[in-house]
Amino acid sequence: MSGLLHYEDFPEGLVIPFGTYHLSKEEVIAYAREWDPQPFHLDEDAARHSVLGGLAASGWQSSAILVRLAVDGFANTSAAMASNGMEEAKWLKPVYAGETLTGRATVLSRRVSTKRPEMGILKMKFELMTAAGELKVEITGIQFMKVRNP
Amino acid sequence: MIGLYLEDIEAGRVVDLGSHHFTREAIIAFARQYDPQPFHLDEEAARNGPFGVLSASGWHTAAGWMKCYVATNQAAEAALRAQGHVPAPVGPSPGFTNLRWLKPVTPGDTITYRSTVMAKRDLNSRPGWGLVFSMNEGFNQKGELVFSFEGKVLTPKRPQ
Repeated sequence: MSGLLHYEDFPEGLVIPFGTYHLSKEEVIAYAREWDPQPFHLDEDAARHSVLGGLAASGWQSSAILVRLAVDGFANTSAAMASNGMEEAKWLKPVYAGETLTGRATVLSRRVSTKRPEMGILKMKFELMTAAGELKVEITGIQFMKVRNP
Repeated sequence: MIGLYLEDIEAGRVVDLGSHHFTREAIIAFARQYDPQPFHLDEEAARNGPFGVLSASGWHTAAGWMKCYVATNQAAEAALRAQGHVPAPVGPSPGFTNLRWLKPVTPGDTITYRSTVMAKRDLNSRPGWGLVFSMNEGFNQKGELVFSFEGKVLTPKRPQ
């Protein structure tokens, strides 16, 4: 456990860069088939003529990809304790099939729970963007994190 | 939403979206792909985790809502078409607010979702379209609220 990052390692203002995630056409369609079978997530022709302008991931899939980047980026190397919610998600731009994505997390503010002094409460901003820096999704929410020395 | 144009959607309307069942296998498969934290993957690790029991990724619970929402819309649109009407298409969503995971969703749970219209307004930036705001909830088989969020979706006005 001692090798894991704890609340003390996440000061306000900390920016954690994420790795990359290549989103294939097959993955867009597979997710859509199961969870969001609307034509613009399933079919390239239908998507081209839709408001999205091309085959694009479900907003929930884009969010899930950001979660995956965050899990690999810090949650699984820290004493992360899940989350009870997200204040806001902005699906700013469609995430298109074939794009390679990256992201980052920023610690906006933090405090230790008054009821549970062993638990830190991080308010974080999560951003999903292309390698060229085009912002696609922005999610703000809570990440619980164990305190090393309560 | 359910094939209705902006003019026909009123605050207070409740739409039942149906249910989604969460198996252990599906919980682990979703988590492996998008949220591979130990407490979503493995009973043993989950015992020492935040809930003490294997639980679905909150994003899996949210995906279940979307699946039920799309199925409900598509069924309503088909019914309108069968009556000779032209249903309103579902527009894109700019995002959501106040998403809450109130209780863990665990293997064998069936979550029943519903959507309640809270408000609507015209979109000045997009003539012919408005924005509909909704409160969305998921209840487990014991009737406990496990999931909620406030959604918004672009909705077309009736063609003039």
